[in-house]
Amino acid sequence: MPRRALLLKLLSAAILFGAWEVAGRIPVSYAFPTFIDSMRALLEMFADGTMIAAYAETLKPLAVGIAISAVLGIAIGLWVGLSSVFDWLFSPIFVVMQAAPLAALIPLLVLAYGIGLTSKVLVVCIMAMPVIVLNTSGAVRNTPESLKEMGRSFLASELSIILRIIIPAASPVIFAGLRLGISAGFIGAILAELKITPTGVGDIITFSRSIADYPSMYAAIFSIILLAVLFLNLLEKVETVLFEGNQRGYVSD
Amino acid sequence: MSQIEKLIMQPDPAALESAVSVRHISKNYGPVEALRDLSLEFPRGQLTSLLGPSGCGKTTLLKIIAGLLEPTSGEIEVNGRKVTGPGPDRAFVFQDFALMPWANVIRNVGFGLEMRGVPTSEREAIAERYIRQVGLAGFEKSYPHELSGGMRQRVGLARALAVDAEVLLMDEPFSAVDEQTRRKFQEDLLGLVQNENKTFIFVTHSIEEAVYVSDQIAILLPRPSRVHEIIRPSSFRNKGVDNIRRDPEYLDIVDQIWASLRSYVE
Ligand SMILES: Nc1ncnc2c1ncn2[C@@H]1O[C@H](COP(=O)(O)OP(=O)(O)O)[C@@H](O)[C@H]1O
Ligand SMILES: [Mg+2]
Repeated sequence: MPRRALLLKLLSAAILFGAWEVAGRIPVSYAFPTFIDSMRALLEMFADGTMIAAYAETLKPLAVGIAISAVLGIAIGLWVGLSSVFDWLFSPIFVVMQAAPLAALIPLLVLAYGIGLTSKVLVVCIMAMPVIVLNTSGAVRNTPESLKEMGRSFLASELSIILRIIIPAASPVIFAGLRLGISAGFIGAILAELKITPTGVGDIITFSRSIADYPSMYAAIFSIILLAVLFLNLLEKVETVLFEGNQRGYVSD
Repeated sequence: MSQIEKLIMQPDPAALESAVSVRHISKNYGPVEALRDLSLEFPRGQLTSLLGPSGCGKTTLLKIIAGLLEPTSGEIEVNGRKVTGPGPDRAFVFQDFALMPWANVIRNVGFGLEMRGVPTSEREAIAERYIRQVGLAGFEKSYPHELSGGMRQRVGLARALAVDAEVLLMDEPFSAVDEQTRRKFQEDLLGLVQNENKTFIFVTHSIEEAVYVSDQIAILLPRPSRVHEIIRPSSFRNKGVDNIRRDPEYLDIVDQIWASLRSYVE
């Protein structure tokens, strides 16, 4: 079964890249390079070190922002889900954060925190955290009552019920929130580099567009998407290892 | 000596010692009066059924005995001690199984022991023994979604047996399994009552099931719930599991209970 899943993934990738290649050859636009040209540009940028230097820059706000969003987001989500007071206090903030148009907030962030790392980390957090918090709190609130009762009747302490029942029961939705949040965090990291100061991968995109080096521009975009996909796959593996039986959802039928 | 034996052979309800006493329990859910002034004794080592139409407060009463719900008034005693919350003397078997889907059979069965701080190796040994006892040997590493409904409830039963509580509380444990599996469960339950020295409190809405498995049947009537009648089947209990369903007394009791309940069924 996993072999087949892998095969299907490879097949869909091949179809996508094939379509890209064809679209680049027609071409659909003079600014749209072929897949092969883009890959060549990507390899060149890796070979001469440009790409590695760019990622050293981009990964800083990305890694810090995602780490903060994941840890803080899950912690706040648990808190909000377990206590109706915190729900009342915090939920609206994250709902607003999720709905707010980020591009409009960036000038305010720059005004308050300058153009350094802080602002960029904040952009990643604003993108990533709300969905993590909201998913976590929702999942915690929806823990099946009978599982909690089961815990109490077998003498689990409050802490054990949280650690051994509520968190594992909520984990599928928490992980779904993490996946969405991390994808949004990647968008945030690039957005920050395009809108605040051009550094890292954002700089490659901006610069190569300004000199009409479209293969390099698309190579940079492709690389960040690839990184995001690889990271999300890794996260999925972690989830399977941690909560094996959860894959099939709840047993209540 | 022979006199004592006689007493044991023919239990007189008044002489039986109670493992669980329910005294003047009332329970309101807001404006809904679920139980009113309900009193009932549960003899030690026997199986007592709570039988009644759905919505009459059977689950509510069982959860109050379990210490999972606070009664509005009245009190419960288990072995002479007042119940203030869940305790090691009671174990619960849930109607919807309440298994942890992320944990395999052996971890589910060992959950109660884990919460009591029993070390892993000892816990797994005990869990394995009860998994074998309920007939699930070989499924220790399976996950709940890989098991049928009947097998899942066997896991729930093994979990409750593993903590070796004196009182087993079962909330319609067989209502979610198919008819054939249910009959097998009922036979196995009779064996458990005989072999384990435990007090069973068994909630059901099936008249036949109650008469088949019970030493004592408490019929509850709704709005607000109270004990309508207590029936103690006596003659067919020792005739073997295969003969119970055609015993005249069995059939009479089933008819008699239906006559009491029919007016409460829309
Ligand atoms: N948490 C609750 N909140 C409000 N009403 C409840 C709650 N639980 C049960 N009830 C009501 O109490 C009555 C008895 O319920 P229950 O004990 O579940 O009955 P049974 O198990 O006999 O079907 C029902 O009328 C039900 O609607
Ligand atoms: Mg019920």
